[in-house]
Amino acid sequence: MSDSRFLCLEKMTLSYGKNVAVPDMDLDIGKGELVALLGPSGCGKTTTMRAIAGLMEPASGKIVLDGTDITRVPANKRPVGLVFQSYALFPHLNVYENVAFGLKLMGVKGSELDKRVIDGLKTVGLSQYATRKPAELSGGQQQRVSLARSMVMEPKVLLLDEPLSNLDARLRLEMRTELQRVQKESGVTMIFVTHDQVEALAMADRIIVMLDGHIEQIGTPEDIYNHPVSDFVADFVGFENVFERVGNTIKTANGDVAIAGDIDDATKGLAWRPSMVTLGDGPFEGTVRGTSFAGGTREYLLDTPLGQIKAECDASLPAHDFGAVLKFDLPVHKAAQLARTGSL
Amino acid sequence: MSNKLYAPIILLLVLTFLIGPFIIIIAASLSAGETLSFPPQGLSLRWVIKVFEVESFRASFGVSMFLAIGGTIFALILGIPASYALSRYKVPGAETIRTIVSSPIIVPGIIVGLALLRYFVVPFNFGILFALFLAHTALILPYAVRVVSASLTNLRSDIEEAAVLLGCSRVGAFFRVVMPNIRGGILAAFILGFVTSFNQVPVSLFLSGPGVRTLPIDMLSYMEITYDPSVAALSALLAFMSLGIVFLAERFLGFSRYV
Repeated sequence: MSDSRFLCLEKMTLSYGKNVAVPDMDLDIGKGELVALLGPSGCGKTTTMRAIAGLMEPASGKIVLDGTDITRVPANKRPVGLVFQSYALFPHLNVYENVAFGLKLMGVKGSELDKRVIDGLKTVGLSQYATRKPAELSGGQQQRVSLARSMVMEPKVLLLDEPLSNLDARLRLEMRTELQRVQKESGVTMIFVTHDQVEALAMADRIIVMLDGHIEQIGTPEDIYNHPVSDFVADFVGFENVFERVGNTIKTANGDVAIAGDIDDATKGLAWRPSMVTLGDGPFEGTVRGTSFAGGTREYLLDTPLGQIKAECDASLPAHDFGAVLKFDLPVHKAAQLARTGSL
Repeated sequence: MSNKLYAPIILLLVLTFLIGPFIIIIAASLSAGETLSFPPQGLSLRWVIKVFEVESFRASFGVSMFLAIGGTIFALILGIPASYALSRYKVPGAETIRTIVSSPIIVPGIIVGLALLRYFVVPFNFGILFALFLAHTALILPYAVRVVSASLTNLRSDIEEAAVLLGCSRVGAFFRVVMPNIRGGILAAFILGFVTSFNQVPVSLFLSGPGVRTLPIDMLSYMEITYDPSVAALSALLAFMSLGIVFLAERFLGFSRYV
């Protein structure tokens, strides 16, 4: 077992009755990695997480953790922690007792128990709340208790289900930093599930983009953001103008349109972020159908022979009115060249 | 006249009808006279003391307590797992099961009593106490399922998964994190069940038999023969017992949240 194959899913198939949610998944996660499972709802990311936790048994395939096959190990015997989206704190127990719950079951007692619980609460900055009941805490604090409750068990893998989705914008940023800090300090392998690309890009060392039960792309945040491999990933990370490519043309609603520039032979599609569209000059023309001011930039929705195009330019430039006809270009050298299309 | 004047009058009337009979019973039970009468003829505790001397009251009180406590416990033993299954799993025909479980509340007691007697007790030759026990359990079960289900619905199910991931078995999770959180509901169901059983007349009327009867049935037959104030004294004592239970329940559990 090497460190890069700390947690391995091997041909893992997950199904609900006859509905296969995740077919034949292969995935390796390294020791100490902070990984995001990113995808829209229903893509199988939560199901995958539940299978790793042992809350769901794979129909076939294997889950290997730290060299041990844990496929048939029941959830209560796995060295895996899970922080639930709803936090799932025990309402009848106070913060201290919540954090002590798993340790007590493990047989930890007395001063050892006390030390580990207090340390856990200190890590998440909640030592002064030990005697509060969960109902007396804010969402962010409950989240921290839930994190501490899992972390004191010293799991080999910590799973987090949409860890930031129930927090407001300011707390979200704080919790993001907090989670990264806890992960780096403890060195625990952390996998979190999210549907929010911003969250995934900001936190993860590596992102696994999922769609319809399979892995669409695995890569660093930079990879995913700059070099999406498919039209789905491109669209998901903000390439809003996506086209299929044949030879030197792109397919549009109004037939093929020739496009100039060097394109790899293997490229099946081209995608541009709104900011990559050249406005004011170029071979194409479009009518402004919508504009919106976004601080540093101004966004335009154009009706063009290629279909609708989203473009963006510096907000300090003069604004174009609704109905204005603008020239624009889709420069190939800026485009993301997609190896696969057809998943959108 | 204005509403300001109506409201206190209506309130007074309602309170009179609610509390009036209770006051009359207490007053009648303190009478020194030989027959049940109001206003009481003189004051004395002789009828209150008499209650404790009547042999049949002691026996039937024992039967009633046994049925109320035993029946409620048995109904909870059946009702808690049933409520749990209905609220946590996709049970086929769950709504039908709920309706059937509730039916003893809806069907008049006199019909339940007759049906139990005619189709269960007589053909299978059940003993009187056993038949009463089963009947009371059946009558309490709807309350147990209703009240416990309500607390389970308010309890998130993911805390059980959280407990499992922290090392509990499934059964352990039920006892460690489900039971403590529905404790209030279970106690509320217990009190409701206890009171329902203790006050039960129509079903018990059919199923009581020689030597075994519940307290309310015994009081009825006592009054047919003797018309002394001891029945009033017993009623007053029972009312105080119920008050005491409800007071304690409210004090320690916030009983009114569950009912």
